[in-house]
Amino acid sequence: MKTNRWTACGNWILDRFPLTKLWNEHMAHYYAPKNFNFWYFFGSLALLVLVIQFLTGILLTMNYKPDADQAFDSVEYIMRDVNWGWLVRYMHSTGASAFFIVVYLHMFRGMMYGSFKQPRELIWIFGMLIYVALMAEAFMGYLLPWGQMSYWGAQVIISLFSAIPLVGDELSLWIRGDYVVSDATLNRFFAFHVVAVPLVLVLLVFLHIVALHEVGSNNPDGIDIKKNKDANGIPLDGIPFHPYYTVKDLAGVGVFLLFFASVIFYTPEMGGYFLEHDNFIPADPLKTPEHIAPVWYFTPFYAILRAVPDKFAGVITMGGAIFVLFLLPWLDRSEVRSIRYRGGIYKKALLLFVISFIGLGYLGTQPATSGATTVARVLTAVYFGFFLLMPIYTRWEKTKPIPERLTDQPGLEERIPALLETFDEITVKTDNASIWLRRKPDYKGLGNLALRLVKKLKSSLD
Amino acid sequence: MNNEGVDKSKRQFLTSALTVVGAVGSGYIAVPFLAQMQPSTKAMAASAPVTVDISKMEPGQLIRVAWRGKPVWLLNRTPQVLETLKTLDDKLRDPLSNESEQPDYTKNPLRSIKPEIFVAVGLCTHLGCSPTFRPEIAPVDLGKDWHGGFFCPCHGSWFDLAGRVYRGVPAPTNLEIPPYHFVSDTQIIIGEDPVEKAA
Repeated sequence: MKTNRWTACGNWILDRFPLTKLWNEHMAHYYAPKNFNFWYFFGSLALLVLVIQFLTGILLTMNYKPDADQAFDSVEYIMRDVNWGWLVRYMHSTGASAFFIVVYLHMFRGMMYGSFKQPRELIWIFGMLIYVALMAEAFMGYLLPWGQMSYWGAQVIISLFSAIPLVGDELSLWIRGDYVVSDATLNRFFAFHVVAVPLVLVLLVFLHIVALHEVGSNNPDGIDIKKNKDANGIPLDGIPFHPYYTVKDLAGVGVFLLFFASVIFYTPEMGGYFLEHDNFIPADPLKTPEHIAPVWYFTPFYAILRAVPDKFAGVITMGGAIFVLFLLPWLDRSEVRSIRYRGGIYKKALLLFVISFIGLGYLGTQPATSGATTVARVLTAVYFGFFLLMPIYTRWEKTKPIPERLTDQPGLEERIPALLETFDEITVKTDNASIWLRRKPDYKGLGNLALRLVKKLKSSLD
Repeated sequence: MNNEGVDKSKRQFLTSALTVVGAVGSGYIAVPFLAQMQPSTKAMAASAPVTVDISKMEPGQLIRVAWRGKPVWLLNRTPQVLETLKTLDDKLRDPLSNESEQPDYTKNPLRSIKPEIFVAVGLCTHLGCSPTFRPEIAPVDLGKDWHGGFFCPCHGSWFDLAGRVYRGVPAPTNLEIPPYHFVSDTQIIIGEDPVEKAA
């Protein structure tokens, strides 16, 4: 009677712990909208990256030495002498960048489909707190290898606090624990990076998910699925998270790991974007590298900081660029959530915002020439304009009627005939015998296609 | 639960009293926790003065020494440089160093004890990067307005060869000058004010 014994054992636990209840509430009977698309992968992927960072981080602490004299060498020791140390270290360093890629896409999803809007404001706030904690975690982790970029990056960021009137100098001294970035700073950043901030992150992720499961997930149509329920009170357009979305997310995990592994194995430094070249030189407190730039995920804010020709105002502007994101649920006055039914003005504004964010991100990696600074100033104005003018332009917005039920988008299979037709249009037959060259590009067809795409893009912005 | 005969005001008083005691207790324990992160006695002690030999410095040469872990520059300025410095006042934010940090004996236009020998903490007053020494006039990357000076690569701040900040750059004040004095013509002590001469 083996099974019975197992069942008895299981029952013993279930009598004392609400495992079934938790499972049903958050997985098997948690009804999510049935129309999640590509953009809905990034929440679960962020969780995956968090787990990867925890596992690899724990392994790294086993060989890393948080000591100004030994830190740089201990990282090189991990890379060269520890078994598979290079893999774990590259997973951790690539994981940091992957985390930000995934989180930026996740945030952009929220901005597109209005996931921050009533009643999901708190989810957005918790998410923003996660983002800020993540920036702190990444910044302090970047000091640990004790390379030139680690050192001078930390020096610059800690000096930001000294711009605060009255208490600034005392505050930055307190953060550093010394008059300059030194061993004391490294040791405390290690403590924050491996203990304090990860704890905060786990707590915030928990709150983010609890808040989400209380109000339910938004969806690409931005309408409430709880309005249409069947006789049993189950949303007609909802499907249980498990097994439907657990399986779907697994497919996302597979694709993500493919990219993740490609970076780790083929270009772990990503041409100096994921691991900067100057960080392979040990920290030298007497000499700043010729060109210092933060890692790519901070560069938009760094460009904003540099664009302002005043120390205190620059720091305030940079802080404001992050803070204004917290206010998003209250700045947006539109009744409609999803971009599918919003007016052209929001679509254009969001496009401008994306351009300014990417543009600032690029400029933040470049030297501060006067031309670059001028462009950065314009883009900073666009960035803030998107948020601060939002209460005005979202009120003017001419929205489209929203559907009662979730809409069906054509799947990949349904698109195949149209794709084949397009392929026929842009190529012509040749009499070449090789199967690879039987068709050659048709420039007239290509031109027509480009024209159609431009028209489509234009009409989709209205 | 039987709530009969409960003196609610007493319960309220006890709750308030406990809250206050708890808050005071948390306040007390916060002091050692927060003060723990202040610079330790060891870090404070490691700020001893540094002696530098300048006898081998060529005209126009810059040397870097570490004092309190910070880079300190010593620059041997040529007569041409000193001439140029006199012409820059209208391009500078604080030409007379009224708002900048320096000992009183260096609060002059050239910001030094001896005109040729310039001593400064080599950290930008903006966000603490160490600017690069660019003595050449009008190089391609910095443009025609560059008269030789220190350029901060981090955020593009300009300083002249007396460490004075230009207008329209992020740095708010001139470079900091540490206390220093000449022991002899060839030796400087950084981190110590000059001994007062007997009157």
